[in-house]
Amino acid sequence: MAISFEPNPATVSGRDEMHEIALQHMRPWSRKYDDQEHEMPWEYVNPMWDRATGKAGKTEAGPGDGMVTVCVQTEELCWGDAGLYLRTPSPLLGGSAVAAAGTPAQRERFLSPFRTGKPKWGAMAITEPQAGSDAAAIQTTAVFDEKTNEWVLNGTKIFCTAGDGALEYEGGIVVVWATVDKTAGRAGIKSFVVTAGTPGVKVVGCEKKLGIRASDTATLVLENCRVPADNLLGKAEVKKQDPNQAGDKGFKGAMATFDASRPIVAAMAVGVGRAALDFVKEELTRQGVAIRYDAPPREQTAIERDVIEMEAELQAARLLTWRAAKMLDRGQRNNLEASMAKAKAGLAVTKITQKAVELLGPLGYSKKLLVEKWMRDAKINDIYEGTQQINQLIIARRILDYSSSVLR
Amino acid sequence: MIDFQPTDEQQLVIDTVRNFAQNEIRPLARECEESAKLPEKVLSAAHELGLVANALPESAGGGGERSAVTGVLVAEELAWGDLAIALAILSPGLSALPIAEWGDGQQQQALARFVGSSFVPGSLAIVEPRFDSDPFRPATSARRDGDDYVLDGAKCFVPWLDGGAETLVVASEGGAAQLFVVPRGATGLRAERERNMGVSALPTAELALSGVRVPASAKLAGADLRRLVAQGRAAMAAMAVGVARAAFEVARDYAKERQVFGVPVATKQAIAFKLADMAIEIDGARLLAWEAAWKLDRGEDATREALLARRQSARVALDVADGAVQVLGGHGYIRDYLPELHLRNARGFASFEALALV
Repeated sequence: MAISFEPNPATVSGRDEMHEIALQHMRPWSRKYDDQEHEMPWEYVNPMWDRATGKAGKTEAGPGDGMVTVCVQTEELCWGDAGLYLRTPSPLLGGSAVAAAGTPAQRERFLSPFRTGKPKWGAMAITEPQAGSDAAAIQTTAVFDEKTNEWVLNGTKIFCTAGDGALEYEGGIVVVWATVDKTAGRAGIKSFVVTAGTPGVKVVGCEKKLGIRASDTATLVLENCRVPADNLLGKAEVKKQDPNQAGDKGFKGAMATFDASRPIVAAMAVGVGRAALDFVKEELTRQGVAIRYDAPPREQTAIERDVIEMEAELQAARLLTWRAAKMLDRGQRNNLEASMAKAKAGLAVTKITQKAVELLGPLGYSKKLLVEKWMRDAKINDIYEGTQQINQLIIARRILDYSSSVLR
Repeated sequence: MIDFQPTDEQQLVIDTVRNFAQNEIRPLARECEESAKLPEKVLSAAHELGLVANALPESAGGGGERSAVTGVLVAEELAWGDLAIALAILSPGLSALPIAEWGDGQQQQALARFVGSSFVPGSLAIVEPRFDSDPFRPATSARRDGDDYVLDGAKCFVPWLDGGAETLVVASEGGAAQLFVVPRGATGLRAERERNMGVSALPTAELALSGVRVPASAKLAGADLRRLVAQGRAAMAAMAVGVARAAFEVARDYAKERQVFGVPVATKQAIAFKLADMAIEIDGARLLAWEAAWKLDRGEDATREALLARRQSARVALDVADGAVQVLGGHGYIRDYLPELHLRNARGFASFEALALV
């Protein structure tokens, strides 16, 4: 191996294909589904489902490059529209959790429906009204009923991305985090697959948001929601040890999902940032303003300096993202690097899109164009899948070699 | 395939240079800065590692393994030890690498000196002592006069180590930047030792060129100035990352030691998060430097990538060094600790061009 920034041919063709989808099936509907919050964007969903189920073309990543390719493709789709991307009929984060913590049989049972039939969605339900970044504080309970061999779930989940679609359409899944033993803290937290149509779970509303309005952000209520015993991902036993010591595999296993999802969220962020930056550069070109990469700084205009800084920030975020993804492809632990990518990308594109609105003046602020929307869409990347601050905390613990009880 | 793992050979080089930086360079950093003197023994020892010679062509007795990527990996490690000493160690490349890349058969004979048994410094005069210094459009001019060129102008930040024979001067000939090999003793060339805010151990000169006459054969006719500037910016970016990493590590270690309110100050989020941000930015800047170097190795125009790397790494180095001083508090301001030196050195990257090449 050697240091290289050249994507595989398969990655390139996958990227190009996603770019076409972005142009054909996302951009034309961006404004519509920003305005018509929570409506199902079938113009995007149907062609994507055809693709997922093999009715339309599908590219496979090259060996050893799967996660990098996913990130490259994700960037492209979110360059198209980050809100619509979150409506992609796929297992999404629920799938990541099943893939990370499920048995082969569970993966087959929960994920194979996503290759056939009608469009369906997956979701992950972690956050609660009183437990956000502090995921170990979740109150939703799971009690095992030996008579029926079922887990009984009770609680309320908020901020569940794609949760409405996942529960409304047959075959959908929501991975719910719940505690089997409140006295055990993090060790007691397990994840359970709740399938669409399960009695006892209902969507009580969707959030009205700053951005990514096409995406359904659901509030779920679980009332004596019964799922089969083998809908538990991982082991049922609770190891009551020092939560910072090895053995706390349940919670750690669940958290490991983030090692895969954070690079993807970072790639999403980079896609939104690039949409804004590309547009700024195109508009400048239309106005006859060229960015001079070979002019001394004292001759560059303020706009040139801003654009160059935006490019550098975006590229730094992208490369950190690819690095975190590549480590997964190599089977290396990427917990630190995934948080670095996520923290960098979330903040960088927040600033880049805000700057884009500023640079374009009234054009940037107007809803005639999409730049203002991208600024609103971008901000979520600095919040969900671990806020900027939570990722800083993770990074700080790693670089300082501190446990969560020392650096809180 | 996109990958971020150096080759096994490169990893060996990294490990070797890292050891050298830790054991030979770092312990002398403060002393050299204060005395404004280079450690001759360290330069000789570094020469024996063959860091520059390996990149020179086999025909000239070199290793024939020039790689900008390897170059940035080495540059970061050396600069982590100390920026001034690192620049001195790499200075032979300032003369040797452009001559190797663009010199004709006759000019290449000069390379023999750089692959000999002892350290021989090189020199490149590219920055000008003016606020709008522009490496692509130097104010220093070269005028053809019969069989000669006549050079006029001024340069600064020119590495000027003892024992050097020549300097390469960037000058405009009819609006296009060109490279000329100028003997240090040329008539009309005046060199004055500079005193700058940082990198004090590195002897640098401000040059005044007044009707300096060199033969036409002194021009490196095939030189690609865009490429030269990108090579310089990739090198400087990597060295900025090295300085930033050095400052970060001092701050991190200090924060774990320093007790406040009965606990290490690193356990406070105000400090811990600052350190986390430093770590993120350092890694991001490093990858930009790598990308610029990778493009250079492919023989492509890396002007844009090198500029992005330069801007980002200069900003990051400054922010990180400033943050390190802040983390150390009053001790950060004291010259017993290194961050104040890192801060002074880091500020230079906004002005430095091609004080080293890859």
